[in-house]
Amino acid sequence: MQTIETEVLVIGGGATGVGVARDAALRGFATVLVERKDLAEGTTGRYHGLLHSGGRYAVKDPQAARECAAENGVLRRIAADCIEDTGGLFVTTPWDDVEFGDRFLAGCAATGVGVEEIEVGAALVREPALNPDIRRAFLVADASMDAWKLAWACARSAVEHGARVLTYHRVTEVLRNGDAVAGVVTVDVRTGVTLTVRAQVTVNATGAWAGQLAALAGCRPVDVVPGKGIMIAMNHRIVNTVLNRCTMPSDGDIIVPIRTVSVVGTTDSPVTDPDQLEVTQAEVDHMLDEGEKLVPGFRKARALRVWAGARPLFGAKEPGDEKTRDITRAHTLLDHRQRDGLDGFVTITGGKATTFRLMAEETMDLVARMASPGTDRPCRTATLPLPDSEPGAYYAVGSRLAQRERHLLDDQLVCECELVSRRDLTEALDRRPTANIDDIRRALRLGMGPCQGGFCTYRATGILHHQERLDQATANRALLDFLQERWKGLAPILYGDQLRQARLDDWLYQGLLDVEHLPAAAGAP
Amino acid sequence: MEDPVRASLDHCVKCTICETACPVAQVTPLFPGPKYEGPQAERFRQPGASADHSVDYCSGCGICSQVCPHGVKIAEINSRARAAYKAEVGAPLRDRVLARPGVTGPMGSPVAPVVNRVMANGPARWVLERAVGLHHSAPVPPYAPRSFQRWARSHRRGAGVHPDGRSVVYFHGCSTNWFEPDLGRMVVAVLERNGVQVRVPDQGCCGLPLQSNGLFEPARRTLRHLAHDLAAGGGDEPVVASSSSCGLMLKREGREILGLADEDLRAMGERTYDICEFLLDLHDQGALDTDFRRLPLRVLYHAPCQQRGHAMGTPALDLLRLVPGMEVVESAGGCCGIAGTYGLKKEKYGIAMAVGEPLFEQVRTGNPDVVACDGETCRWQITAASDHSSVHPVALLFWAYGLEL
Repeated sequence: MQTIETEVLVIGGGATGVGVARDAALRGFATVLVERKDLAEGTTGRYHGLLHSGGRYAVKDPQAARECAAENGVLRRIAADCIEDTGGLFVTTPWDDVEFGDRFLAGCAATGVGVEEIEVGAALVREPALNPDIRRAFLVADASMDAWKLAWACARSAVEHGARVLTYHRVTEVLRNGDAVAGVVTVDVRTGVTLTVRAQVTVNATGAWAGQLAALAGCRPVDVVPGKGIMIAMNHRIVNTVLNRCTMPSDGDIIVPIRTVSVVGTTDSPVTDPDQLEVTQAEVDHMLDEGEKLVPGFRKARALRVWAGARPLFGAKEPGDEKTRDITRAHTLLDHRQRDGLDGFVTITGGKATTFRLMAEETMDLVARMASPGTDRPCRTATLPLPDSEPGAYYAVGSRLAQRERHLLDDQLVCECELVSRRDLTEALDRRPTANIDDIRRALRLGMGPCQGGFCTYRATGILHHQERLDQATANRALLDFLQERWKGLAPILYGDQLRQARLDDWLYQGLLDVEHLPAAAGAP
Repeated sequence: MEDPVRASLDHCVKCTICETACPVAQVTPLFPGPKYEGPQAERFRQPGASADHSVDYCSGCGICSQVCPHGVKIAEINSRARAAYKAEVGAPLRDRVLARPGVTGPMGSPVAPVVNRVMANGPARWVLERAVGLHHSAPVPPYAPRSFQRWARSHRRGAGVHPDGRSVVYFHGCSTNWFEPDLGRMVVAVLERNGVQVRVPDQGCCGLPLQSNGLFEPARRTLRHLAHDLAAGGGDEPVVASSSSCGLMLKREGREILGLADEDLRAMGERTYDICEFLLDLHDQGALDTDFRRLPLRVLYHAPCQQRGHAMGTPALDLLRLVPGMEVVESAGGCCGIAGTYGLKKEKYGIAMAVGEPLFEQVRTGNPDVVACDGETCRWQITAASDHSSVHPVALLFWAYGLEL
């Protein structure tokens, strides 16, 4: 069995984990990150994509609001390439209390959240699809953030500074050395090969799964309640500004324009297992009804896909006995030496994507004291931009179209909806060999548009096979797995245009290609 | 409420029917196709930040919207994208001049002999191509010595027309006024032959060339002005148009492409008829004089793309078949390529000729006595490319009635 030694071991490849790994590497620590699936495949990749201004928590959760406001400014400096500067509006709809706007303004002032009340008419000029019956409107610095891009940029930066990032490595055992955690045993789920990672300090950055990992480490229970939130991506950008209801945070009160879609969210209900997140018809209906309040006609727009994420919420007693929405959205850092007498082990959980960097900084401040006491290794992540990001150079929704226009004559389009070309596909595969089209999807957004893989999946699989990256049976398996994955997010929203699309896709794959009878390799683990 | 044209992109299921029907995408890789430009690229567009330029190669024929089985307003989305692009990067002088026949007409007409000699002069056309990008071979018609409006002002109501009878407003369009006044006289004569009183108010351009060149603001002003002029001094009598593309502006495109929500424009659109549509309606009511003389001509009828945009069938074909001795064949579809001012441009002339080639070939091999077509720029293109004369269908009816100018 192979063993590697490191100073800092990070478990979990979500925003927090890659943030900790980058922070650790920048401080000069030997760093290894292990993730059981792909980067940002858990909660980070399953949220609506909002970079909070802090406005959402200004009244209810001042600490979270303060942190969001500060980190919003930091991320705009270091991660501009992952952020689209959409701006955000908080609006008072006819269903909301007009007076709440005053509390909102006061809350923003008290927590350092930048806000400006604007005329309703000005809000409607800015967003013509907005409900014309709104009574107040407040402009804030909300933005949309591509969490995958962010996670990959952090990981790349960490690797550039010496870290190792091991995806598809699942932790099977936490190694103990008396009263200390000494590392973990992992298994590469693709090959079955086990790998031991020995570390001075192990960081549990598994978010909603933190309780599960803490149990493996054998410490007192870490009480993380996964809070399920569902989100629906609508087929195009119905608005270009983040829209929030100016009221206490509630279900379905936000629409985020991100990349080519508008995401409406979200719900909040406690669940026991973050790997089992079902979406019900009632939840979908509820989201659409709430979306209708912000944008009349919302229900008539085409729903592309629905998914659910599990928030890591720390501090509830047991699932079911209190509403998870009332738990603070600020994060929690546990030093298990103080808490459980268990050395070399810390847990960082709670929080949100917007504050991932701050969480990483606080975590590494603690880890640095544990791993190299007496030395000063300051955090550098607040000022050093991520690879490919320049302060002020925000992502623009038209950038892919502009790029495509430059290559109309010399490159083939593979994914028409998200404008992914053959060259994009080949380059992504050169960077990261994979037999999993879902990995390619997260890197390129292949298959994420209106047809949900209907026309690009067979093309991409064919190209992979043609380039001899996949043999026939593996290619067929990859095709089937990807279609199955896409289908999961379609089933609960099959009505109208998307139903029509699903029928056409079904004719292609079942009728024309008879995919269910292809000679396919055994399913991936 | 979201704009319905943009919202229609949601209906696209990528069936690609529009791409297979697009005449431009079939002949040039410079235009990636209506699905790409429409429902696909639109998802990447936001106000004030055009990222694409290939949409300028859309000819605006509108076939994509006609064939879409799901109701995506493809051509409308593309026209708007082009307008947004032009508003950001600016339109060349050539496009701004070509787009304003209502301005150039009054300037060119009085000096018609000079302008016509220049435009018919090979070396001069080469200079024009180099200087402003107007292709040297592009079909540019000569100015008429006397405008249609000048004739109409002095025209006395024809015999047999009762002042209290059926009455229409004639929307003749710029080409009839400045280039083909005889067509206008024939339209008036055919209508009067059927007892219809024809009013010809002073009128300008409909704004279509502005619209198709992406100049939406002046297009809106121009169309509003036209609607105002046509309504002047009248009630709610039908408006009859002899240019199928200009008539479509009043009927539909002003609202759907330019986004004009004016109630009076909508009302006028509802009472606007293509001339052949109007005449066939008369026939359906038993009110069309079918006392045609025998006219033994072999006619190839070509319905322009914009004519098909009316969704009214092919009334010209039905009318021509009423004429004894006339042998009428419908063209095998396809676009002639000119698309208004598109095929006049240096960089698009070759595309336009390639688009129209199957039609030109049909004309050459079929060798009809005459080509009948409802669109003026299409007629000029067909004649220039196939060396066969082409006329408006009403001209054939005019001759079949034995009328004379």
